[in-house]
Amino acid sequence: MTAPAPTNVSRRDFLRVGAVAAAGSGLVLGVSLPRRTDRGATPPDTFAPNAFIRVGTDGAVTVMVGYSEMGQGIMTAIPMLIAEELELDWTTVHFEGAHADRAYANPMFGQQGTGGSTTIRASFTPMRQAGAAAREMLIGAAAAAWGVDRAGCRAENGAVLHAATSRRMTYGELATAAASQPVPQNVTLKDASAWRVIGRRVKRLDTPLKVTGRAEFGIDVKVPGMLVAVVARCPVFGGTVASFNATRARAVPGVRHVAQVTNGVAVIADGYWAAKKGRDALSVTWDEGPNANVSSASITQLYTELARAPGVMARHEGDAAAVLAAASRKIEAVYEIPYLAHATMEPMNCTAHVRSDGCDIWAPTQFQTASQGKAAELTGLRPETIKVHTTMLGGGFGRRAELDFIIDAVEASKAAGVPVKVIYSREDDIQHDMYRPATYNVLAGTLGPDGYPSAWTHRVVGPSIMARMFPQFIRNGIDNSSVEGAADLPYAIPNIHVDWVHRESGVPVGFWRSVGNSQNAFIKESFLDELAAAGGKDPYELRRRLLAGQPRLLGVLELAATRAGWGTSLPAGHARGIAVHESFGSYVAEVAEVSVTGGVPTVHRVVCAVDCGPVVNPDTVEAQMESAIVYGLSAALRGEITIDRGRVTQSNFHDYEPLRLSEMPRVEVHIVPSTAAQGGVGEPGTPPIAPAVCNAIFAATGQRVRRLPIRLNA
Amino acid sequence: MPAYSLTVNGQRRSITAAADTPLLWVIRDSLGLTGTKFGCGMAQCGACTVHLDGQPVRSCSTPITAAAGKRVTTIEGLSPDGSHALQRAWVEEDVPQCGYCQSGQLMSAAALLAAKPHPTDADIDTAMSGNICRCGTYNRVRRAIHRAAGDTAVSGGAR
Repeated sequence: MTAPAPTNVSRRDFLRVGAVAAAGSGLVLGVSLPRRTDRGATPPDTFAPNAFIRVGTDGAVTVMVGYSEMGQGIMTAIPMLIAEELELDWTTVHFEGAHADRAYANPMFGQQGTGGSTTIRASFTPMRQAGAAAREMLIGAAAAAWGVDRAGCRAENGAVLHAATSRRMTYGELATAAASQPVPQNVTLKDASAWRVIGRRVKRLDTPLKVTGRAEFGIDVKVPGMLVAVVARCPVFGGTVASFNATRARAVPGVRHVAQVTNGVAVIADGYWAAKKGRDALSVTWDEGPNANVSSASITQLYTELARAPGVMARHEGDAAAVLAAASRKIEAVYEIPYLAHATMEPMNCTAHVRSDGCDIWAPTQFQTASQGKAAELTGLRPETIKVHTTMLGGGFGRRAELDFIIDAVEASKAAGVPVKVIYSREDDIQHDMYRPATYNVLAGTLGPDGYPSAWTHRVVGPSIMARMFPQFIRNGIDNSSVEGAADLPYAIPNIHVDWVHRESGVPVGFWRSVGNSQNAFIKESFLDELAAAGGKDPYELRRRLLAGQPRLLGVLELAATRAGWGTSLPAGHARGIAVHESFGSYVAEVAEVSVTGGVPTVHRVVCAVDCGPVVNPDTVEAQMESAIVYGLSAALRGEITIDRGRVTQSNFHDYEPLRLSEMPRVEVHIVPSTAAQGGVGEPGTPPIAPAVCNAIFAATGQRVRRLPIRLNA
Repeated sequence: MPAYSLTVNGQRRSITAAADTPLLWVIRDSLGLTGTKFGCGMAQCGACTVHLDGQPVRSCSTPITAAAGKRVTTIEGLSPDGSHALQRAWVEEDVPQCGYCQSGQLMSAAALLAAKPHPTDADIDTAMSGNICRCGTYNRVRRAIHRAAGDTAVSGGAR
């Protein structure tokens, strides 16, 4: 997911602040730490200096995390930031998912939500400040208890020490007294050289729950009196219910209610199986609406025609049109990108309990604030009476920033008058997604007499995510999420022109891990490879030269190439491809080693170099790069959602099949030690993998892949 | 609805369910054991893997009638306290990310180790390729299986 873009601080401003803080240096920073609006929730005898920390009289420390854990390790990283400044004994640290509350707004969004690889960037300073403020209050309490100057006291390993008198009190012993200490107005953060937790390979706190089946995902929620709903949805996008007959559905044992909802007809039963059988027995006549004749072929035809006329300018430098018109040799290419479903392992689901005085929502959501607002809108209840409980998310990838499952559950509970859990079947999940946009891209380039690129044009034709989700962020006619990774082409080419033609196709589109970068990196890194081949240049050396003024891109490029042994010999039939891309403030280069047999590519090894600035947990960074690579590789090798008669053709993992273990390449991740501005890690590993693999396929076979997924001639 | 009895994690349980009810929904909805996950409903992803008389099965596609009278082991019954060698190895390698598929991964891996205490990479490919992980933890799954088997010669995976 990309932005719900910041409402109060611009992304650029935030990053500047982040950079200062990331440089460490023990700056004194003003503290403005929110407390929860539901303060009554704090247990008695607990030191809860802010919304993020509770210290019990037994010394146990609980860190409340308002971000959504979808695999990226945030339930460990946030506690690490607090533990660093609070000087905790790590074995006493617990995490707890926080209820939705203004206190947990993502500082980069101004709303509570997790996405856009923002969490660490947004939390790095505030969470350390929260820990430091709590530490100062504990020190203050100890100094008061001992009647000594606080300057002689220090915090260490979950206790305050007074060296001069060799006295020590644990945080548990100090918790009650600390609660009445003033909250400091300013705190000094440690210099990076003094970090003991940040930068360490700390084991994830949620692993024990996840290896014993105890982690509670949305689909696992149990509420007394709860029923389960499965919703019949119009197979055609934008279609609506014309009429339905529920007689056979109601005859299924266990079915309790059948109710029309915004997204279709909900069959509400004692459990999933009865609800699904009831849904299968339901007879619905659909008004298929305006998209009933849309197909993948009709969309391609539409976009092909639209590509002939200029779009809205996204980047313009020099005079690419004139250079191309005068060129004796032009390199031209069309790149086509398919729709993709997210296919999180946990199908979409949500549990809601709507009452006259309020509403509880238990959801694996990436977007609490919007969930709260939508439920308030649907129920007529005040937002503060809507309590959103975030469960573990069985994958997110942007899909769970949507509200369709929230709407279903709230409406079904309203209709049934009891708590209702809505569960999507896998077929529902694949066929009723908000997909990564399909786009059609026309590129042209030319080379100077020295064989280096002298002009580059790229026209992107496609739908807009922001037009549906956040139209206020379309600026100067441009949805940045459509051209990110294309308009910000980093290569030193004197004449560049990038434009965007917007047209909806009837297929809803949404944020998909790394968003526009996931497709535009494929296109730009592949086309640069085409220019390298046309100019007789080594693809790595060409990138080095054109990135001479981009030290962080150059750094990861050289590191990945070196570790991969670029230029050294390989087994017969194997070849390497390279790609590099910046997204979400992080810089990633990947080298893929591929062979092709009978038209089928095998990816043997991926070497990844990442520069994401100061690292909180290196093991998490490695895991996120591995994860992002597999996500992108599944898409490149097989991922394609096709449309026929306004419907999605694919339905389950047999025809939308992710990479499996036997196909998994070796992945080596190298992290650049960096004190530069911090970037995200959830998404930036995805963009370079498709072009790295396709460039390797070109090196191995001479076949240039310009349409995903990869399909080769045998 | 007919009644069935089966032994789940060592306990005798009786339930009533429609005859076509998949074992998965008996485990999750009737018995309240939610560690076993719903992923696809058609034996494609392995998230619902449990042991039926010691053999790994996809519970989403195993009707209750096929499980009646048999022994079922779910993730909750793999060990009383998370101390199975695989669970410990999973912690050591920090395998899970979102974690949703991991119950199924562990149950498939446990069946593999029970049959082959020292699996090769090829054995792991065969036994584990029915379990999809969208977070891409595959290399760590492989390392953790080798670790649990006490085999240090790890040939696959990162690092």
